[in-house]
Amino acid sequence: MTTSVGAGRTPSHGGVGAVASRFAHFDTELTLQSGASLPAYVLAYETYGTLNAAKSNAILVCHALSGHQHVAGFRADNQNDIGWWDNIVGPGRPLDTDKYFIVGLNNLGGCHGSTGPSSINPATDKPWGADFPVVTVSDWVAAQARLADTFGIDAWAAVIGGSLGGMQALQWTLDFPQRVRSALVIAAAPKLSAENIGFNDVARQAILTDPDFHDGHFYQHGVRPLRGLRLARMLGHITYLSDDQMAEKFGRRQRAGAGSYGFEVEFEVESYLRHQGDKFAGVFDANTYLRMTKALDYFDPAANFNDDLAAALAPATARFLIASFTTDWRFPPSRSREMVNALVKNGQPVVYSEIDCAHGHDSFLMDDAHYHAVIAGFLRQVGS
Amino acid sequence: MEPVSTTMNRGDFNVIASWIKPGERVLDLGCGDGTLLRRLIDERGARGYGIELENAAMLSALENGINVIQTDLEQGLAGFGDGTFDHVVLSRTLQTVLHTENVLNEMLRVGREAVVSFPNFAYWKNRLAVMKGRMPVSEDLPYEWFNTPNLRFFTLLDFESVCQHLGIAIRERQVLDEVGALVHEEANFLGSLAVYRIGRD
Repeated sequence: MTTSVGAGRTPSHGGVGAVASRFAHFDTELTLQSGASLPAYVLAYETYGTLNAAKSNAILVCHALSGHQHVAGFRADNQNDIGWWDNIVGPGRPLDTDKYFIVGLNNLGGCHGSTGPSSINPATDKPWGADFPVVTVSDWVAAQARLADTFGIDAWAAVIGGSLGGMQALQWTLDFPQRVRSALVIAAAPKLSAENIGFNDVARQAILTDPDFHDGHFYQHGVRPLRGLRLARMLGHITYLSDDQMAEKFGRRQRAGAGSYGFEVEFEVESYLRHQGDKFAGVFDANTYLRMTKALDYFDPAANFNDDLAAALAPATARFLIASFTTDWRFPPSRSREMVNALVKNGQPVVYSEIDCAHGHDSFLMDDAHYHAVIAGFLRQVGS
Repeated sequence: MEPVSTTMNRGDFNVIASWIKPGERVLDLGCGDGTLLRRLIDERGARGYGIELENAAMLSALENGINVIQTDLEQGLAGFGDGTFDHVVLSRTLQTVLHTENVLNEMLRVGREAVVSFPNFAYWKNRLAVMKGRMPVSEDLPYEWFNTPNLRFFTLLDFESVCQHLGIAIRERQVLDEVGALVHEEANFLGSLAVYRIGRD
């Protein structure tokens, strides 16, 4: 459900330096959970560090709602375009590129270079638009496994992600137990609550009811549903922050000329949210947004096990790190503890950290000392 | 506050280790840096989990290869199913717990048996300190009154009384003096640290 892209930025000094995305082409059909299939597709990815001879030091970074393959470093042609989780990847950082080979990718259905709704559908020579299938967390994991194959990686040392990314890490341990030695499931949940789904649907409705959406085929009309996407992001953004943090950051501060008894921007928080909405709507694809939120809603590994999460997690052989943040009300610590309790019930290896961080759901992108120490410490145990 | 296990004689660990059978499932509440669990895993092949709230100790336990769960002790217990563990260990921590009865009951809900160790306030040196008008500071009560994490001050007799009150059976008891040697008589007077194995009949 996150994230504010770039919230985890720090100056790239000491990071992985200039990076470029690459593109892997797959022409073996991928059958999706919905029954639909993709005859061929492209995955955009970036890598940092060096894959060792045994190919045992690879870590997969899964992105959340609005993330992508540009995890760390900066673009050679734009030094300000810093990866969304740069503060954790690099020499000496928790995902240490002196030890590990880090892979970030853009998931199927994305809008940063991987095949998605804005890509050309070979059957029609037009953008897929609404015809692009709904993809699930399991579908992403299947595609990621094929990307691993291209590197000759039999098993990841670790799969890591926050929020929706954490759900992918968890799904890896269930779909490919032998191919993941450890999973770092951060600020996630074993399934969405009714409230979570409700927020997602309001966001989707904002897009679906935008006159510029054209039932998902807006590309042909030369427009984009900017208003809907902007509202969806503004709503989402509120849920990524904590009440205390918003109070501290904005309070009830007003801009100059406020008090006009009108509806222009008056409070600082309005200005901030509108800015975030505009920025996001300018670069993100509405059809991708719809699909990412749907993947969240559908995620529920216990559904086929009579809602018995322990039974669902039993096949996993990975060592788990589950982490949550005290101020995250989107996926609060209680949701992470559901996973911890299920793993403990099964006697599976798990470390859990409940991190005191003020930044709500977005905390997982922050450079918090204890949080990063936990990840570094856990990975030292996993080894490379 | 220094992590407990690096500053103190941990004679109770020998007793606890002797009560854990190979391959048991063990939960250590307030596991600190994981020294006890590491020993139970290495020596007994225990399948262990630790609960530790404090950041530095949690990280040390993590580095020790422990399955450490960073959460409040009582919250952590609430999430575990009945009979999940063979033994639930609470080592030198009961005196820091607010809801004493609840924790004892919960330990015996999630565990088949519990092992509890605590400093004996009735140890003769402690009695002497109070007689002289000062709160005791000793090997097993190493804090000043103003910085102690201990909330409860109780004796062997007090503990046995609360067990009776809660319908808890005392299966075994070992009492240690200040240097960790076993005490065989006048335990409530000569014992500085008590270790109990408890369950429900």
